[in-house]
Amino acid sequence: MTTTMLRAGPAFARPVPAPQPAAPGPAAEAAAVGTPLLQVDGVSLEYRTRERVVRATHRVSFDLHEADRFVLLGPSGCGKSTLLKAIGGFIRPVEGEIRLDGRGVSAPGPDRIVVFQEFDQLPPWKTVHQNVMFPLLASRSLGRKEAAERALHYLDKVGLARFADVHPHQLSGGMKQRVAIARALAMQPRVLLMDEPFAALDALTRRKMQDELLALWDEVRFTLLFVTHSIEEALVVGNRIALLSPHPGRMRAEINSHGFTLGSLGGSEFQAASQRIHRMLFEEEGAVA
Amino acid sequence: MSGFLNPPVRGEYERRLEPFTELPVERALPFATRVWAQGGVRKGLILAVLAVLWELLARWQDNDLLLPTFSATARALVDGLASGELIDKVRISFAVLLQGYLAGVLLAFVLTTLAVSTQLGRDLLDTLTSMFNPLPAIALLPLALLWFGLGRGSLVFVLIHSVLWPLALNTYAGFQGVPETLRMAGRNYGLRGLRYVLQILVPAALPAILSGLKIGWAFAWRTLIAAELVFGASSGKGGLGWYIFQNRNELYTDRVFAGLAMVVLIGLLVEGLGFATLERLTVRRWGQQR
Repeated sequence: MTTTMLRAGPAFARPVPAPQPAAPGPAAEAAAVGTPLLQVDGVSLEYRTRERVVRATHRVSFDLHEADRFVLLGPSGCGKSTLLKAIGGFIRPVEGEIRLDGRGVSAPGPDRIVVFQEFDQLPPWKTVHQNVMFPLLASRSLGRKEAAERALHYLDKVGLARFADVHPHQLSGGMKQRVAIARALAMQPRVLLMDEPFAALDALTRRKMQDELLALWDEVRFTLLFVTHSIEEALVVGNRIALLSPHPGRMRAEINSHGFTLGSLGGSEFQAASQRIHRMLFEEEGAVA
Repeated sequence: MSGFLNPPVRGEYERRLEPFTELPVERALPFATRVWAQGGVRKGLILAVLAVLWELLARWQDNDLLLPTFSATARALVDGLASGELIDKVRISFAVLLQGYLAGVLLAFVLTTLAVSTQLGRDLLDTLTSMFNPLPAIALLPLALLWFGLGRGSLVFVLIHSVLWPLALNTYAGFQGVPETLRMAGRNYGLRGLRYVLQILVPAALPAILSGLKIGWAFAWRTLIAAELVFGASSGKGGLGWYIFQNRNELYTDRVFAGLAMVVLIGLLVEGLGFATLERLTVRRWGQQR
């Protein structure tokens, strides 16, 4: 058992033991898997427009274990972003419960840091370094000196230590997202929530960022919940993919994708998995049409 | 024979590039362009042109009582400054102005903080601003004189009135314009209440708040000078408005102009040094404003 991983703090799991191949029964299997870190249990979400109440998701359930890279995949309108906001604590479910470490989620908190898609998530009045320190100080989890050190450590990890004293408006989109990721990682949250973080980037930067995210995960083993509408991104980034159907969002499937990396792009297995997901996402529409 | 238009297949090539040395990659702008790029130079030129136009107009008019020349005004201004009379007047006006301004700013902050945190606070701000914002501060002066007497109290009261409403409106509009992502990011770190307002809303809305502060400052000046013109000295010691009023009565038109020039100069100074510096250090540096 390697204990060097522990220095990273409570957010980061020890290396997960390999799943037992031949589990005798469901009870034993549950024991082998362990208790989930985050449980989304029959969650229905609704939002209000001026005239009506719209159901965004309907009784969605899934579990996240430590060091998971769990992807929520679905077409627009499947409520995946709403679901992420609910886990973040910004929206309250009308039905069901979201539990983190067995405790119900009721309000936003620094144990679930969100990386948003928008570039304006970085306060423009703080330098890059101050931005990464901000949540550490705001949540009063570290003193100024320790926060400054940890911020620099994670800025270095995303390769932006040189830009520590620059203001966000001087950075490119990809760099801003790297700062947001460094900021989230510096908090060492129980779960890192990413809401289409690379969707506003150009295709080349996007691929690079996926690669860097995976390298970071390899190093610190954070638990990640990642929302995307790109099948390819889901297969590359995730180790497990939840497929949601639209209007309202319901669980369509859960798929393992731990075998795929950026290197498997274009391979035949990757193609097959991609087509399988494609079929599941679009067959309902085909049937209707 | 094919009906499709196919592009011709061309050969590939690869080139090895030498380091670029034919031209300097960067070069300095010409001296004149660099001088012209200074805002101070351009604004100084505008002021100089205006002064020359004034001088010409006054000479052509040739009536010291109605329109003294620029040079006469400048002389009166220098005399007033040298004798210390004008500086004294400015000090008196400034002290009252700052009191009223700061109190107004503080009240505006309290009102808008209430407005962003509760529905009732929002309704309160809405109602109060729509009631009082259109009311000229000077119209409240007779009332203020009744309540607070002939002195500093009434001046501060009307000053607060002239600063509070436009600043509160601007600040609140700024708060409402803060991007949703930024708000959620702040709440994500567990910020709430006053810390949330001070650490997220205020800096994010700073461009709007600054413009509110500028408007408030101008309103405060106008109100103060007008109030001093209307009821003169506060407890025997008048400010700049009183200086203008007195000299008009005695037909020292050049001194009237010197007093007015003083108001203008202070306005330029506060804008050029105070607000411009504040903007350069904050919203411009943060890229919120070009």
